[in-house]
Parts: sequence; structure tokens; C-alpha cells
Amino acid sequence: MTVERSRSRFSRLVSVVVPPIAVGGVIIGVWYFFSYVVLDSDRRFLLRAPHEVVRKGFLDRENLGEILAGLASSCRVALVGLVIATILGLALGTLMSLSKVLERALFPYAVVVQAMPVLAIVPLVGFWFGYGFSSRVFVCVLVAIFPIVVNTLFGLLSADSGLHDLFTLHEASRATRLRKLMFPAALPAVFAGLRISAGLSVIGAIVGDFFFGQGEAGIGQLLKKYASRLQGEQLFAAVIVSSALGVAVFLVFGWLARAVVGKWSEESRGR
Amino acid sequence: MSDLSLRGISLTFPDGTEAIANADLDVSRGEFVSLVGPSGCGKSTLLRVASGLLDPTNGSVSVDASSVGYVFQDPTLLPWRTTRRNVELLAELRNVVPAIRRERAERILATVGLTEFADHFPRTLSGGMKMRASLARTLMLEPTVCLFDEPFGALDEMSRERLNGELIEIFLARNFAGVFVTHSIGEAVFMSSRVHVMTSRPGRLLEPIEVPFAYPRSPEIRFTPEFAAICGRVARALREATS
Repeated sequence: MTVERSRSRFSRLVSVVVPPIAVGGVIIGVWYFFSYVVLDSDRRFLLRAPHEVVRKGFLDRENLGEILAGLASSCRVALVGLVIATILGLALGTLMSLSKVLERALFPYAVVVQAMPVLAIVPLVGFWFGYGFSSRVFVCVLVAIFPIVVNTLFGLLSADSGLHDLFTLHEASRATRLRKLMFPAALPAVFAGLRISAGLSVIGAIVGDFFFGQGEAGIGQLLKKYASRLQGEQLFAAVIVSSALGVAVFLVFGWLARAVVGKWSEESRGR
Repeated sequence: MSDLSLRGISLTFPDGTEAIANADLDVSRGEFVSLVGPSGCGKSTLLRVASGLLDPTNGSVSVDASSVGYVFQDPTLLPWRTTRRNVELLAELRNVVPAIRRERAERILATVGLTEFADHFPRTLSGGMKMRASLARTLMLEPTVCLFDEPFGALDEMSRERLNGELIEIFLARNFAGVFVTHSIGEAVFMSSRVHVMTSRPGRLLEPIEVPFAYPRSPEIRFTPEFAAICGRVARALREATS
């Protein structure tokens, strides 16, 4: 019985782990194929083979140091931007949930901010505030705030009407209702929004850096530099590092959501 | 003076729908009455008026609002609180001292048989257990008037009959004034000392039908001819009410 169960657990593990690894192998194979078969040697700089990327991009001390410094800079910007976006977003979402008038007044502008392409904001922000840390953070806040506002608002309004009746019946004050009913009810939605915003904030940090093109070098500036100098290995390494950052953010916030609401929330089950 | 007294209640919704027309109802401690009627006749609305959640268009409600317990159709538990903390909720809202609150919750959890599940979250409870938790939460404030809005409607027949019996035991122990809305004639007759039939919209209350069986009632009375005869009277009244 135990043997059977452990075997089935093993085979389940295999069925979970093997398919993505197989696809990864296929991708690397295709990569080699293009690098060595499709491209002739004087055009090979367009797509360096995987081991070259690892050797020059990751194993070379100096190159790796540069990329990690860029990563650290972009991370700081994204994190500070996310924290500010979260605080402002929670405050705005809460205000909007408390008053229909405020919701009607503010919501269109939240949509405008969301609809504005990063491309359009970045030059304007640079024009106004220069290219320093705070401008970069400002870009991240603009890009990341919308999902938090919307998810906070809808989360707060999602509390069951029967529960509201119960609170009304027992003469709960507005503050009590907010604290004991609406905030906890909003948590799953808020964390879902936070996860989206964290990803957006990373993108905002990289894109802002890319377009500013000056000041402390983040991943964005490195991407630009490597591309213009035809440093294919480093360019690939930087691309891999920035997508790894995106994946890490997604995983961390998924874990955070499960840690906070996973025990009781029906939605966050099994994800 | 009864503990709950509704006089000449009429209610018309803003869209012009006449929900209740001239309803009178008196319930005192120690009485358990049922409201039965076709769906949409305004039974639940009448409970909302009695609890103060809705203001009637006409008529008067006399009840001590702070001692009304209301058990909703759904268990309406807070999903982020364990059973115990859910049971304590209303006592928290009414600022009952923590020590008393905890001690009382412990006792009531035992009464409804949920001690073992005190630290479970609602999503891991069965429908019947959720309803017991909801019932326990209401009992925490020791209400003198208890309103039940079809609380067992979503349960299977067996859980429902068990809960019927348990609720009556609690009623006998606590001696509140009970008003129980239901669709089931059998449930109404088994539980109550009086059955009020409500007509279809606008809801009016017909002459109540008395149920003479003494409490505590054995589940077996459901199979006696007297029980069947009373159910028959209620059914006839209902047919009259719908036509």
C-alpha cells in the first residue's frame, strides 16, 4: 500500500517535472541549431550559442558584476515604486469604496493613468523631474498603481450583503465594519492585484531606465548598451536576468498571498 | 405586552411593489411560531421589518432591538475566522467583555456540538455545521426574540430533522420568542406552537393554526394522524392563500 502510494507520488512528480524540462531541452536545441546551422560565422553574433552566453555573460566576473549591479538598481526602483503604489492604491481604493461620489469622480482618472503608455510618460517625467531615482520610482508608481486601486475597491465591495446586514443589525460603526468585514474580505483581491502590480513595477523600472538612458545604470540601460555594442552574450544574459526577476516576483507574491489568505480563502486554493 | 409586536405593517417598495399588506403578529417568550407561505410572498421581508433592517411604510414594530437574534438563510460566516471566532463576532460587536465572551462561546459551541470544530475555518465545515455555527453566533447575545429565515432550507432531509430537534431543545432551554420562516409544512408544524400562513403578494397573515402538541416533542409525532391532520389544515390554508 505504502509502496504503491510512494510510487504514484514519484510518477506524479515525474509527470510534473519532465514535460517542462523536455520543452527547455527542445528550446536549447533549437537555439544551437540557429546559432550554428542557420547563421554563418560572421553573423553568429546575432545569436550566440547558450554556452557562450553562460561563459561570457555569467561566468565572466566583470560582466556578471555589471549585470548584477544593474539588476540591483532596477530592483530598488521597482520595490520602492511598488511600496508607494501599494500605499497610495490602498488609500485611493478605500476612499472610493466609502463614497460612491468619490468613486465616480476618481475612477475615470485611474483608467486614464492605466491607459497611458509607459512610452508616453517616460520622456515627460524626465523632462519635469530629471533622470534620478525619484523619477524612475515615479514611473513605476504610475505603471503599477491601477491594479491595486481596482482590486482594493472591488475587494472591499465584495463582502456578502448578508454579512453587511449582520453588522447593521448589531449597530457596528463604519470603522468596525471596515476593519472586521470589508478589509479582510478584500484581502484575496488585494493580493491578486499586488501580484500584477509587482510585475508591472519591474517592467516600469526597466523601461524607465531604458528610455532615460542616463544616471545610475539599471538593467534597461545595460540592454541598450549591449545591443548597440553588438555584445550578444551580455545582451542575452541581461534578458535572462530580467525575465528571471519577473518570474521571481510572480512566485514571491503568489507565495505571500497563500501565506496570508490561503488558509481560509476558497479562491487561492490549490494555486 | 408581547416581546415582539407588529401592528398593521404594510410595506411598499420604492418601485411600487406591494410586499406586505396590513400584517399583525404578536410573539412572546416561550412561543415558537412559524410563517409559511408561497415563495415571494414577503415572509423574509416581514422578518427584516421585525428586526429593524427595513422600515415599514405603515404600521408599528415594538421590540427591544438590542435583544433580537437573526439567523439568516445562509450561514453568513466570516470565511477568515475560525468557528470559535465567528461565534464570538456579535459579542465583539456588542462589546461583551473578552473573558465572558470566551467562556460563553465555549459553552455554546458545546451546545451545538461544534467543540471539536472550534478551530476550523468555515470552508472545511459541512452545510449543517455551518448552520450550527450561525445558530451559535446568534445565541451568544442571549436574545429574547429569535428570527429564523429558512435556516435549514439548503440542508438535506436528515440534517434538517436533526437540527429541528436540536433547535427546539435550545428553544426550551432558553425560552426566547421564536419566529421561524419556512417552506416546509412538516417542519413548521413539528417545531411551532402556532403556524401563520401568509398569502401571496401582497402578503397578509391568515388566522393562525394552533399546534396542540406539548413540548418536548418526540420526532415520532410526525407519523401520528393528529400531526397529519394539522399539516392538512395548513396545506388547505396555503392553497387558499395562493389562489
